[in-house]
Amino acid sequence: MSELLDIAFISGLIGATMRMATPIIFATLGEILSERAGVLNLGIEGIMLMGAMTGFLVTFSSGSIWLGVLAAAGVGMLLGLLMAFLAVYLGLSQHVSGLGITLFATGLAMFIYRLHFGSPTVPPIIQPFKQITIPLLSKIPVIGPGLFTQYSLTYIAWLLIPAISILLYRTKIGLKIRTVGENPVVADTVGVNVLLTRTLCLVAGGALMGVGGAFLTLAHQNMFLIDVIGGRGWVAIAMVIFGNWDPLKGAFGALIFGFLDGLQLRLQGMGIAISFHVFLMIPYLLTIVALISVSRKASVPAGLLKPYRREEKGG
Amino acid sequence: MIRLRLQKRKPLPAWAKIVIPVAAILVTLILSAIPILIAGGHFWKSYYYLFYGALGTRFNLLETFVKASPLLLTGLAVAFAFRAKFWNIGAEGQLLAGALAATVAGVHLGGVPTPLVLPLVIVAGFLAGGLWAVIPAILKTKLKVDDVVSTLLMNYVMIHIMGALLFGPLQQPGSSWPRSAAIIKAACYPILMPRSRFHMGILIALFAVFVIWFINQKTTFGYRSKAVGVNIRAAHFGGINTTSVIVWTALISGGLAGLAGVGELCAIQYRLIMDISPGYGYSGIVIAMLGNLHPVGVLFSSLFFSVIIVGAQTMSRMTGVPTYIAEVIQGMSLMVMLIFLLFTEYKIKVMKK
Repeated sequence: MSELLDIAFISGLIGATMRMATPIIFATLGEILSERAGVLNLGIEGIMLMGAMTGFLVTFSSGSIWLGVLAAAGVGMLLGLLMAFLAVYLGLSQHVSGLGITLFATGLAMFIYRLHFGSPTVPPIIQPFKQITIPLLSKIPVIGPGLFTQYSLTYIAWLLIPAISILLYRTKIGLKIRTVGENPVVADTVGVNVLLTRTLCLVAGGALMGVGGAFLTLAHQNMFLIDVIGGRGWVAIAMVIFGNWDPLKGAFGALIFGFLDGLQLRLQGMGIAISFHVFLMIPYLLTIVALISVSRKASVPAGLLKPYRREEKGG
Repeated sequence: MIRLRLQKRKPLPAWAKIVIPVAAILVTLILSAIPILIAGGHFWKSYYYLFYGALGTRFNLLETFVKASPLLLTGLAVAFAFRAKFWNIGAEGQLLAGALAATVAGVHLGGVPTPLVLPLVIVAGFLAGGLWAVIPAILKTKLKVDDVVSTLLMNYVMIHIMGALLFGPLQQPGSSWPRSAAIIKAACYPILMPRSRFHMGILIALFAVFVIWFINQKTTFGYRSKAVGVNIRAAHFGGINTTSVIVWTALISGGLAGLAGVGELCAIQYRLIMDISPGYGYSGIVIAMLGNLHPVGVLFSSLFFSVIIVGAQTMSRMTGVPTYIAEVIQGMSLMVMLIFLLFTEYKIKVMKK
């Protein structure tokens, strides 16, 4: 009997790991795309919140959950474009532009939510995504049910990991992106449009961040709460560093965070006499520890944080 | 085809330093009218209630100063750190650390002579906030851990430390809410104006403006801190112990944020609650940037922010525009100010080809 419970526990934990890793994977991939092109996007936390809010609002109003996902991607793209305007075209400090976008987007998300829903005593809810069970694969003992009974967005996140990896390392576009991020002067010399490449990466990255946020209101939960992102954007920034700007390693980091997040949820549910705040703290604490372990040998894209202005070449 | 290029311009005259922020605020208010109008507010009426709500009566005016004091302290905290390019995004966590330490001191110092209590509470809050900022400073200098990320993540660690303590050892006996016992009377900031909440913390914050200005302009440390910010390699080769400078900068920066927490505890809430800060630490980042990292600039931008925050309450009551308009205006003002600052250094040149 206890063995059965253990298997149920492990299987449940695997499922929770996959779920909790999903928004981080989306956000990490989006941030990798931006940073590989040379732009640190600290707007991530705000973009995720706007994605979460927009996805929820559109799903609530239209009844179509996929329209919600699309809208979240769209709003992420717009905010990515705003980031590009500030940090790429005007060449403002990437740190400050990104934080500005996070603050602006956070305010805007709450403003629009209040405007639309007022302050109801019971938060409005939507019909969230249903989990999809993949036949046969989900029958694999122990790991099957957890891995293959998931939301469609989770499967998409997993497909995106190799896709972004191939894009970056195996295609001409990827080579352009990496060159722009490593050495914009060289990229410019060989005819790559540095500003456009950075803009497109920010826009595509913003879409991924928006969808990552929307996962939290459309699948993980069925409502929008103000603290729904809860620092997951910052965790994604940490995962980019932890993964050394590589999609596969970054996703691995996201998986570890998902595991810790899933574990703390399970442990809370078991009624252990330790404050749930201690469990909530663990993922953040271990993310910092993970950063400590990798930071000394991190290979930051050389062009990161540096605005590119043609007439100031080499300056 | 017409192309636009940014070109360096000659330094602007001194009056620009006044005109540019004022112009930026005006542009921000005009842009912020878009969400206000969408929310059904009327342009002149909304802004009338915004400013009336913040400045119109004696009580509201004093309340604007009450709100400005934590914003001023977190703004100074961020500005002082950013000047040395220590990217302290953790003022929120440092504020909470300060409030936490002040709570422990303020609840338990009953046996200490009364005049000593408040100084001890303040020092405890300053040190707790400072030390919470020193950790990421050491991680940055010794282990090359990115300070943006570490300070941000530590905010969440501190929130949960506070939660664990408020549900545990610090919880008010007999309460089921996450809140501490009330601090003792001797640990409360004196109220300086009758029939208001105008408290001693406001003077502390104003004094901090002077102290930071003095450190920046008149001390070797201020010079070194700036040198590290301008070019850390050059500072290192110039014989400055950059590690020590960054760690001390972090201590002062975090300490200022800690003082903001002390003020909210000892003058507003009188006991620690989870919602002790509605994000003052994050607003401090915008305030620091808006004030161009200069202490006097930070003073004015924190006042501007508290006008917006206090006034938004009245505006919301009278026009139905959600109070979150305050956050929208804050975010908007940063971006507008950044663009304005850029054009103090660059001009747009139209090139035809």
